[in-house]
Amino acid sequence: MELVKPSIGLLFWMLVSFGIIFWILKKFAWKPILTMLKAREDSITEALSAAEKAKKEMEALQSNNEKLLAEARNQRDIMLKEAREIKEQIIGEAKGAAQKEADKLIKSARENIQSEKNAAIAEMKNQVASLSIEIAEKILKEELSSSEKQKTLVKTLLNDVNLN
Amino acid sequence: MAIKPGYFPAFFRRFSLILAFLLPAGLLCAADPDNDTLRASSSHVEKVAGKEGKFNAGELILDHIGDSHEWHIAGQGEHTVAIPLPVILYSKRGLSIFLSSHLEDGSKGFKFEKKADGTHKMIALDASGNEDEEVSASIYDLSITKNVLAIFVTMGLMLWVFLSAANAYKRAPGKAPKGLQSFIEPLIIFVRDDIAKSAIGEKKYMRYLPFLLTVFFFIWFSNMLGLIPFFPFGANVTGNIAVALTLAVIVFVITTLSGNANYWKHIVAMPGVPVGVLVLLTPIEIIGIFLKPFVLMIRLFANILAGHIIALSFFCLIFIFAEMNTGLGLGVSVLSIAFTVFMGMLELLVAFLQAYVFTLLAAMYFGSATEEHAHAEHH
Repeated sequence: MELVKPSIGLLFWMLVSFGIIFWILKKFAWKPILTMLKAREDSITEALSAAEKAKKEMEALQSNNEKLLAEARNQRDIMLKEAREIKEQIIGEAKGAAQKEADKLIKSARENIQSEKNAAIAEMKNQVASLSIEIAEKILKEELSSSEKQKTLVKTLLNDVNLN
Repeated sequence: MAIKPGYFPAFFRRFSLILAFLLPAGLLCAADPDNDTLRASSSHVEKVAGKEGKFNAGELILDHIGDSHEWHIAGQGEHTVAIPLPVILYSKRGLSIFLSSHLEDGSKGFKFEKKADGTHKMIALDASGNEDEEVSASIYDLSITKNVLAIFVTMGLMLWVFLSAANAYKRAPGKAPKGLQSFIEPLIIFVRDDIAKSAIGEKKYMRYLPFLLTVFFFIWFSNMLGLIPFFPFGANVTGNIAVALTLAVIVFVITTLSGNANYWKHIVAMPGVPVGVLVLLTPIEIIGIFLKPFVLMIRLFANILAGHIIALSFFCLIFIFAEMNTGLGLGVSVLSIAFTVFMGMLELLVAFLQAYVFTLLAAMYFGSATEEHAHAEHH
């Protein structure tokens, strides 16, 4: 029966030593350990939620970026289009102006040519007239150089008159 | 049934191989002076052997699992190696402190005597060497016995483990645990989350957590150290009723002191129960207050005690059979060792399980004592 009869000495020492170790451990072990564990768990939870938040922000930023990018792309397209239009317009205008100028030049050239031609023709006519007169003179001189020839001519002319 | 030729030799060869491995181990264990089986107090073994000339397993086992004023290490009779422990007695003669080696011859006026019914008693001797009954009746034995020393060893180990772990936490706050720290951290978190938090509740568990942690680790460390069969371990601390009783009483005191109005109302007059039933229920509830810690004590004490008794019984089998025939004893030693190893594995589990169960039930009692919400409508 000694097994189930608690001895007073063991009870005493157990109570005393348990009390002491409980006090020491509570003060110098459990408190710092539990505080540190809690702090670490809190910091881990915090870090995780911060990471989650950062991820979300990142996502928002990314979608924002994409939007901006799309907008920029649009803008660029519009600008390119406008530039192309302006270019075409400028080219068109330049072409028109050049055409006009060219037309003008051609026209004046043509007029010049015409007037030159007219002048040349008039000159040629004068020359031809004077040449013809000279030639006629020379021919006349030649034809009428002898009296016989003069007679023949008179005759011919007379013949013609007769015919008329 | 015809035995196939070749079958038996093959079986025998295999068996003899096992024997060849186990026998030396068995012999070593049996010859090992540190062995549990041999650690009965020397005078006791002599007495047992002298009186009956026969090996008495029951007394040997009881002697081991009980407390002792000296710590027996090896040998018996003349060759005993035992560490005498301080005996502290408070009696009418005042405080007497001496080493337990003086108990045998009574040279300090006290003797630890074995009575006819097998119990032991500390008695005082008068000048002529007879019992001084008046002084004997007044003795309070506060000796540092084997179990007390084992408690000190356990607590020393606990202090070292947890204070160094606490230092490690302070040195590297917020960092991942290292070494010893990472070994105890899961256990601390286990006690905190799965015992304290779940049984007491999020709001109040921090008040009881230091106690629960201390109890859990004290029981677990004691149980584990009790399984190591050499000095200064192997004492049957948690399997001693005084230790279990102390822990249970502390749990009882904490439960009773922290009981709120709701708790007492449920005990004295369970809400929503008719008066006729209350006549029956209230006495049961009141008995329950005391029964709960009592069961807590019995469970721990009986489980650990049983573990020690079984391990020792297997070893005693060797000597019982060896008394009949030396060869038989050797043969049985193989089985005994195998069973003891198996039991040792089981005891490792039991050591943890009992610490867990004790702590969990204590936490549940605290939880029921501090429960807030009035759930009268459920009854």
